[in-house]
Formats: sequence, structure tokens, C-alpha cells
Amino acid sequence: MEAHRHIPPIEKYGKNLGGTGRFGKAAIMASSKGSRLRGKPLRFGGDRIFEYTVMGVATLTLALVWLLVVRMVFDAQLSIERFGFGFLIGGDWDPNRDVYGALPFIFGTLMTTGIAVLIGVPLSIGIATYLSELAPPWLKGPLSFVVELLAAVPSVIYGLWAMYALRPVMVDTVEPFFQSVLGWTPLFQGDPVGLDKFTAGIILAIMIIPTIASVSKEAMMAVPDSQREAALSIGATRYETTRIAVLTYARSGIFGACILGLGRAVGETMAVTMTIGNANRVSWSLLDPGQTMASLIANNWGEAQGLQLSALIEIGLVLFVIALLVNAFARIMVGRFMSRVPATGGGL
Amino acid sequence: MSELEETKGSQNGDQIVMPHKGGRTWIVVAALVIAVGVILAAVLSGGLLSSGHRKDSVALTGAGATFPMPLILKWADEYYNKTDNTVKINYGGGGSGAGITQIKDKHVDFAGSDAPLSATDSSTYGLVHIPETLGAVVVAYNEPGLQTLRLDGPTLAGIFMRNITTWNDPAIAGLNPSITLPSDQITTIVRSDSSGTTFVFSGYLTVVSNEFATLYGQGKSVSWHDAIGANGNPGVTQTIKTTQHSIGYIELAYAIANNVPFAQLKNHDGNFVNASLETTSAAASSATLPAGDGDWSHVNILNAPGASAYPIASFTYVLIYKELYNDQSKMNKTAAKALVDFLWWVVHQEGQSYAPDLYYAQLPSSVTAINEATLNSITYNGQTLR
Repeated sequence: MEAHRHIPPIEKYGKNLGGTGRFGKAAIMASSKGSRLRGKPLRFGGDRIFEYTVMGVATLTLALVWLLVVRMVFDAQLSIERFGFGFLIGGDWDPNRDVYGALPFIFGTLMTTGIAVLIGVPLSIGIATYLSELAPPWLKGPLSFVVELLAAVPSVIYGLWAMYALRPVMVDTVEPFFQSVLGWTPLFQGDPVGLDKFTAGIILAIMIIPTIASVSKEAMMAVPDSQREAALSIGATRYETTRIAVLTYARSGIFGACILGLGRAVGETMAVTMTIGNANRVSWSLLDPGQTMASLIANNWGEAQGLQLSALIEIGLVLFVIALLVNAFARIMVGRFMSRVPATGGGL
Repeated sequence: MSELEETKGSQNGDQIVMPHKGGRTWIVVAALVIAVGVILAAVLSGGLLSSGHRKDSVALTGAGATFPMPLILKWADEYYNKTDNTVKINYGGGGSGAGITQIKDKHVDFAGSDAPLSATDSSTYGLVHIPETLGAVVVAYNEPGLQTLRLDGPTLAGIFMRNITTWNDPAIAGLNPSITLPSDQITTIVRSDSSGTTFVFSGYLTVVSNEFATLYGQGKSVSWHDAIGANGNPGVTQTIKTTQHSIGYIELAYAIANNVPFAQLKNHDGNFVNASLETTSAAASSATLPAGDGDWSHVNILNAPGASAYPIASFTYVLIYKELYNDQSKMNKTAAKALVDFLWWVVHQEGQSYAPDLYYAQLPSSVTAINEATLNSITYNGQTLR
């Protein structure tokens, strides 16, 4: 552990009032609610203008979400009336017969997102741990910079890279390897072509790593040194300190980072379109082409009319709802996890 | 907890004065107001200045099919120079469907479409069809060692319906007796986005195969069985080039530009024909076409008769109103005349001569004659323009 960091005043305040971590936290929250700097009666007109301006901006996001949903429900009416709930379990998407079902795309979205999260999250937390806890200062700066830079690369660039650089590796090495080891499972059936759910999942994993890693790193760096010192003082090793003091303390930040990454994976369009093979069918094999909801919309938007357009908008609505559900589910899971592990205070 | 309440209470007391430098806020607000004013003034004056162009100059706007877009932009450029910078033509692309919607709403002066309008649409809206160039769809493939490949319609339909799944299938072998075909699995590559290319290709398969017609049918997007989809002509071309044992359909121009081998197809007369600009034009020369304001919905030159006619060819159309005077578009007579003159130039030798360089086929003279009649019938407030 490097030299003592400055302990922020709010921590001191909490400690003076409280004692144990849990009480200290409550005190901080209560005191910050009653802080002399927030929610004071406004005396000056400029403050009022400022307040209303920021309030307007903040409520606009709420209005935007609301308008988005209303508009989508309105425009999807034609499709909702025609297919009802059958839309969600319908496996056909055939514009020539005006039959539309969302199942292959819901399936494709969940499957690619699953692969991305499975690969991306452990790697990202590893990166964040190294950057925040272990990296020497001369390496930390450049590495963090590069990780953050990767988050800003446009998705079409990732898509191109996947097509030209990743795909040959997948076809020649990765997919045959998985097929020889796991070929007996339904997940690795068929010929490796490289334009499939597996490649799409891997490029998604690569795309969400910078987001999750950089936000997790920030959360871990925000853990006060007192936590690390406490763990070290009871004889914990570096690994144990990181696990007990840092990861546990920063878990809500890390979880938030994962949600951000998940959001990017669910909604990613361009890189997925370029790598997933765009086949409108349900298949468990990762080596078969598939299709995600976002990619379907991007592919068919330009020429869609009438019922097809309405069905595409309903797909958008389903995507919106699934993003909400995934988020809520993740929150519940974490809520359970947090109630099991004793709170160490702060960081939440 | 009572400690906290007390602390809170004392904080809310009146004696605490919030430290602020309120005066600055007004400066910021004033600066914002001035900035907005300046921007508005700039926008308004810009609008006024730009409208002060030459009296006799005309701007025409079009949107729609992306397939003819490079050629239309080339025409626009050449015509602008030819008319001494007085007739400016903008073409926005956006897809055939978008073009049709926009001309129905009278947001554009002309639309481009790869597919003809339905009979009801052309009569309800009073739009005429002017075929301005031709395109061909080729069957490109990537099978190492296979230099030439001959296919006919039913075999092609069999491949895309996945009834024929290996390269040495008897159906393919029968058409290519002199070649030893490999036993590899065929990977079919299709368009993932809805497109005129898919419309033309599925139209051809519908014409030559009853099974395809009943199971799939013609459309801008088709629910292909077990195929890999790629976005746009460039995407399909690239995917074919990088996927061994694959076959797919792309516009002729992309196959030539990217040096991808494509199959010879058996045409209506039983000859194996290579796709080229000449064989594409040949497909159109025997077509019997309606008048410009007639019903074009059944027009197709797929599997057209003719010794050298390439079977997967298609017109692409410019759509304009037969009566150019209307309240919404506010097109004046000068603009209407310019539009008709431009299209006249486009469908004749001078305009058509730009087509081959961009891999578009030239219109045969029979089609030009129909376009002449159509353009002569265009009116502005009841008066003909030519």
C-alpha cells in the first residue's frame, strides 16, 4: 500500500458521529440530507432560474422516456392488434406473407449478451483490480488511458475489425477447438463459418470490457485507504485485502459498471449486424448464424412499410422492456447478494 | 439520532446566509440571451442571403432507390455544367420505399424506385414511370478451383431453398459436365437488409421455380432458410469473398469492381449467358411496355426472351407527376420545364453515354421511344412542356 491518502472530511464527520461503520453511514446520509449547502430556501432570483433550468433538464429525460414508450406503443398498434402475445413466441419473420414473430431475435439478443457478459465481466474486473490495486504508477496512467480510449472507439470499427481480423481466427482456431472439446453439447453443432452468435458474443465482450473496466476501476479507487489498512492490519494478504476490503466495498459501483456494459451489449447494433450472420431463426448452436433485435431493426428499417414497420417498432418496444427486465433482475440479484454479505459501510 | 435532528435544526436557522455571488448569474443569462440572438440573426440572414441567387436558376430534389444513385448524381453533375450552372439537381437516396412515400407526400420533385408502383398507386396519385437505366443481379460464388460455373433457374432456386446443399450435386454436375466439382457444403449468402436486389433476385426465382413461388415468393426481404445474411451489396460481396464454398447474389457492378467470379445462367432461349452490360440491355429490348402513365406493376424483364438476354435484369424507374402543377410542391413552370428537359436528356444518347463507365446498362431504343412519349405528355397546369 502506498503512502496515506487524504481522508475526505465527510468520512471524518461520519466517524465522529458514529463509531461502527453501519451507524457511520447512516449518519453521513442523514447529515448530507440536512446539509447547509443543499435544499436551502432560495433568496436570489438567479438561483431560482438556475434551479428551474436544471429541473427542466432533469425532468426532460423522464418525459423523453415516457414519450418514447407512448410513441412506440402507438406506432406498434397495428402489429399488437394483429399478433397479440403470439408476437413474442412467433418464430417466423416473413415480410412476403406479413407474418412476424419476435422469438428468434429475443433469443439471439439474450444469447449474445449472455456470452458477452460471461466473458467480459470477469476480465473487466481483473483489469480494474490490476489498475486500481496493483499496477505501478508509471504503468497505471497509460493503461487506464488506453482502456478508456477503447470505450470511445465507434462500434463500426469493432465490427470491421471483427470481420477482417477476428473472424479468420474464429474459423481456423477457436471454433474448431470448442467443437472438438464441447462438440457433444447442443451449443457447438454445425460448421464453423465465423459469422455466428459466438463471434458476435465475443466482439460484444470486447466492446463492453473498456466500459466495465474503467467504471469499476473508478469505484475501486474511491475505496478509502482506511479500509485497506484495516484489512492489512488484521494480517490479510494482498489478495484477501482486495477481496474483503476493496471488492466488497466497491461492489455497488462495480455492479453499476456491469449494468452499463450489459446495456451496451443488449443495444449494440452495427458490430453485431456485421458478425452475427443475420439469420432469422432460433438455434441453440453458437456456431449457427442468428439475429438480434437491434440488428433486425437496423437491417429492415429502410424499406419497411405498413405491418412490417409496425412489427419492427414493436420489436423496439420489446427490446426496451427486455432491457428494463434485465436491469431489474440484476438489481434484485445484487440486492440478495448484498443482504447476505454483511455491510462494511460506505460505497453504496 | 437526536443529535442529528438538532444539527439539522440549527442549520435551517435564518442566521445562516448562503454564500453566493449572485450578480454573476445575470451576466451568464445575459450572455446566453445575446449568444442565442446572434445565432438566430446569423441563421436568418444566411437564409435571406442564400435565397438571393440568380433568377433563372432552378433546384430540383429527388429521393429514393440507392441502386441508381451514383448514376443520378453523375447526371446531376454533368447537367449542372451543361446548363451553365442554372439547373441544380439533388438526389438524397434513402431507399425505394422512402422515395415513394416522399413523392406521394410531394416532398420531392421526383423519386427513384427499383420496383414499379402498384396499379392503384400510379392511378390514384397520377404518377408516371420513366425507366432510366437497367441493372443486373449476378450469382457470385467462392469455390477454390472453380473458374467457371453454369447454372439454370431451377438449380439456382434449389440451392437457395437448400434442396441442393453440395457443390457436386447431380443437378449442378449435369450443367457442368466438363468440370470436376468438389463435394463441399454450399453456404448461401443473402442480403440481410430489405433491398431492390433481393426483390429482383427472388422475382427471378419465382418466375423459374413454382416451388420457390409457393414457399418463399418475391419480396424486398425473403425469409431465406439457413443462409448467412450480410448488409448491403458491399457486405454480401465481402462475405462471399471471405467465405469458402459460398454462393450469393449481388449487383453486377459490385461483382465487376471487386473481381468476384459469377455464374453463367441459362436464359429463356436455352443459351448460357454471362452477365454484362450488353446482355442486360438485350433483356430489355424485347420487353413490351405500357405507356408511361399506365399500369407498370406487372412489368418485368426477368427471364426475358432473346438469344443473348441475361435472365436476372431489371429496370429502375424515375417517378414524377403527370401533372406537375400542384398546391403543395409549389413548383413553378420554369422548374417543371427544367425537370422534363433533364429527364429528356437523361434517357437519350448523351445522358445514357455516362452509364457504362459506372457499370449501368444503356436503355434500348424501344424503351427510349416510350420515355419520349411519356415526357411529351407531362403537363404543367394543363399545358405540355415540350
